[in-house]
Amino acid sequence: MYTPDNIFTTTIDKAVRWSRTQSMWPVTFGLACCAIEMMAAGSAKYDLARYGMEVFRASPRQADLMIVAGRVSQKMAPVLRQVYDQMADPKWVIAMGACSSTGGMFNNYALVQGVDHIVPVDIYVPGCPPGPQSLMHGILTLHDKIMDGEINR
Amino acid sequence: MKSKDTRKTGFDKFKNILDFWATNSEEGGWNISSTDEGSQKMLEEESDKQVKIQTGSDVVDDFIIDEDTSDDERMIVNMGPQHPSTHGVLRLQAELEGEVVRRVKPIIGYLHTGMEKTGEELNYFQGPTNTTRMDYLSPLFNELVFSLTTEKLIGIEVPERAKTIRILMTELNRISSHLVALATGGMDIGALSMMIFGFRERELILNFFEKTTGLRMNHNYIRPGGVAADLPDGWQKDIKEILKVIPEKLQDYDDMLLDNPIWKGRLKNVGILTTEECFAYGVTGPSLRASGYEWDLRKSQPYSDIENYDFEIPVLNEGDVFARWRVKVLEIFESLKIVEQAMEKMPKGPYKVQDKKITPPPRKRLDESMEALIHHFKIYTEGFKVPEGDAYVAIESPRGELGCYIVSDGSSKPYRMHVRGPSFCNLQALPVIMTDSPIADAVAAIASLDPVIGDVDR
Amino acid sequence: MNPEILETKLDDYKKLVESLKSDGFEMMVDLTVVDWFRKKEPRFEIIVQLLSTIHNARKTIKVFVNDEDLTIPSITDIYPSANFYEREAYDMFGIIFADHPDLTRILMPDDWQGYPLRKNYGSGRIPVQFKNAPKVD
Repeated sequence: MYTPDNIFTTTIDKAVRWSRTQSMWPVTFGLACCAIEMMAAGSAKYDLARYGMEVFRASPRQADLMIVAGRVSQKMAPVLRQVYDQMADPKWVIAMGACSSTGGMFNNYALVQGVDHIVPVDIYVPGCPPGPQSLMHGILTLHDKIMDGEINR
Repeated sequence: MKSKDTRKTGFDKFKNILDFWATNSEEGGWNISSTDEGSQKMLEEESDKQVKIQTGSDVVDDFIIDEDTSDDERMIVNMGPQHPSTHGVLRLQAELEGEVVRRVKPIIGYLHTGMEKTGEELNYFQGPTNTTRMDYLSPLFNELVFSLTTEKLIGIEVPERAKTIRILMTELNRISSHLVALATGGMDIGALSMMIFGFRERELILNFFEKTTGLRMNHNYIRPGGVAADLPDGWQKDIKEILKVIPEKLQDYDDMLLDNPIWKGRLKNVGILTTEECFAYGVTGPSLRASGYEWDLRKSQPYSDIENYDFEIPVLNEGDVFARWRVKVLEIFESLKIVEQAMEKMPKGPYKVQDKKITPPPRKRLDESMEALIHHFKIYTEGFKVPEGDAYVAIESPRGELGCYIVSDGSSKPYRMHVRGPSFCNLQALPVIMTDSPIADAVAAIASLDPVIGDVDR
Repeated sequence: MNPEILETKLDDYKKLVESLKSDGFEMMVDLTVVDWFRKKEPRFEIIVQLLSTIHNARKTIKVFVNDEDLTIPSITDIYPSANFYEREAYDMFGIIFADHPDLTRILMPDDWQGYPLRKNYGSGRIPVQFKNAPKVD
C-alpha cells in the first residue's frame, strides 16, 4: 500500500508521553501468589503483549515499571529498594494485591505494612490475588496517568 | 577471580550502600535495617567433621573439596533473591570453580510472612483463610490438611459428599499445580512454548475453581466440617470438558518434548537424587517417586476415602531431572482418573457436617429464625471450641508430604499451629543435587524440585 | 493414621532417636516447638515426627526443654533433614541445638531481635488508622 508523505503536528510532551506508555517494560518482581497471576496475565489467554509489555526484564536497568506482586517481608525490603534504585528514570511502581498495598491480612511482625513505606507507588491494584483483568486495569490506569501527567517527574 | 580480602571489602562496600539507602530514603522515611551480609556468608573452608555432619552419616560425601586448587580459583556467586529462574525469592550462594558448582547454600526467609503467628490469632473457622496462602500453587491442599487436623481434634466425620468434593477439587488442584511446575520448568530451561501451553491449560481448571469457590486462587473453600459451598449447576459439563481437553494437550507436550534432543540433553542424567539421599534429606513427593521408591500417602496412609479410587502411582528409576519431569506428567493422568471417578460416584446429600456447633445455619434460615441468627453470629465471631489435645495429619500435596500440627488448649483458637511444608524440606536436597555439576544445570535442578517459596518460608 | 507418641527426657532424647533410626524410621519429617509460657513448667516442648516407609508407621517424640537452659542435642548427624528445622526452631524460639553445624537465623534477618513465635513476643500488629486520609465527598 502506498502512503504519501504526511505531516502531523503534536507537542513534544504528548509524543514523549505516548511513547512511554506504548512500550513499558516491567521488571520481574514476583514475590508470592500475585506473581502467578502476573505470569498468567503475561501468557496465552490474557496476553499482556497487546499493551507493548510482553518482555518481562530480568534486569532492573532495562525496565520502566516495577510490579510488586506479593507480600514484602522485612528481609526483602532492602532488596526491593535496591532493585528500585537500580531502575533507570522515569520509573513507575504498581503495588499488586492487598499484601503489597497495605499488608493485607497479615498484620504482624514479619511483613512491611504496605510497599509505599519503601518506594513511591503510583497504582494500587486491589484483590487477593487480583485477577489478570484487575492487573491489566491497573496498567491501563497507569497509562492514563502518564498521558495526563508531566513528562519530568 | 578475587582474592579473599577484596571479596570481604566488597561485602562491606555493599553493606554501606545498603545502609545509605536505608537511612537516606526520602520517600516514607522508613528505617530499614540492612540484613547483615557478613554473617550470612559461607565459611571459607569446611573441616572434614563438618562435612560429615552436614551430609549425614548415611549419605555419600558430595562436597568434594579438591585440596590442590588454591583459593584464588574459587568464586562465590550470588543468585537471587530477585532472579528470574529461582522460582520466587530463593537466594543461592554458590561457590564456583570455573563453571562447576562446588558448594551451594540456599538462603531462605525472603517471603517469611509470620503465618504461624497469625494462625494463633485466628479461630478454627477462619484458619483456612490463613493456611491457603502458604503454598499458593496448591491452596486447596493447605485448606484440606488444616480442616482434617481440626476435624481429628474434634472427632467428627464429614459427610460422603463433602469427602468426594474434597477429593475432586484437590485432584484438580494437583493437575493445575503440576501444569505450572511443567510450565515454569520449561521456561527455565528454554522451552518457552511450554510456559504458554501450561498456563493456557491451567486457565481451564482455574475457571472451574472460580465458578465453584469464587476465586481463582486462595479459595478458602475447604473448611473444618465440610466445604464452603456446593458445586455449581452444570459442573459435570465443565469437568467433562477438562477431562477431554487436558489429555489431548498433554499429548501435545509429549509430541513437543518427549523425543526432543535438546530437552533430553538438558535433562537426562542431570541432578541425580538417589533414594537414600531422599530419605536423609526428607524429600517426599514426585522427587522421591522419581528416584525409584514407591511412596504415596494417598495409597499408604489414605485420607478422605481416597483408598476407594482406582489409580496407580507412577514410579521411575532414574532419579534425574527428566524423571522428575516425567513423573509429574504421568501423575496428571492419574489425577484425571480420580477426577473422573469422583464425578461419576458423587453422592447426594449434605456437603457440610450437620452439627449446629460447627456449621453455621444456611442464609435462608436467618430471616425466619432467631436461634439461627444467634448461632450464625456466634460461629462467625467466636468460632467453635475444640477439645484439648494435639494432632498431626499429613496428606500428599503435589510437592510431597504436607503436614499440619495443631495444639489446642480448649479455646476456639489454636494454641500453636504449625505446617510442615514439603518445599521447605525438599529444598535441603538442593546442595546435594547441585554440587559438582555445571552452573547451567543449576536452573534445571531448581525447577525440577519445584519449590514454592510461600511454602518454604510461611 | 495415629502416630505413636513417645515422651522422653532430655538426656535420653538422642539415644531414642538413634534407636528409632536403626528400627527403620528412616525419615524425619518434622520438628517443631510449642511454647507453654506460664502454663507448663519446662517451658518449651519439642515435637519430632518420624516416618517409616517400610513399616508404614509414624512416631512422635516429645521432649521438654527448660527456660533457663535452652540447650538440646542436635540430631542433624542422625537425620540431615533436621538441619533446616533446627535452624527454624532456633530462629523462632531461641532453642539452642548443641553441635549443629550452622545454627544461624533462617527465616528472619540476621540482626533481628527476639524470637517471634514465643508467646511473650507480641504479634507486631500495627493498628490501621485513617486520621490523615483526605476527605472524600
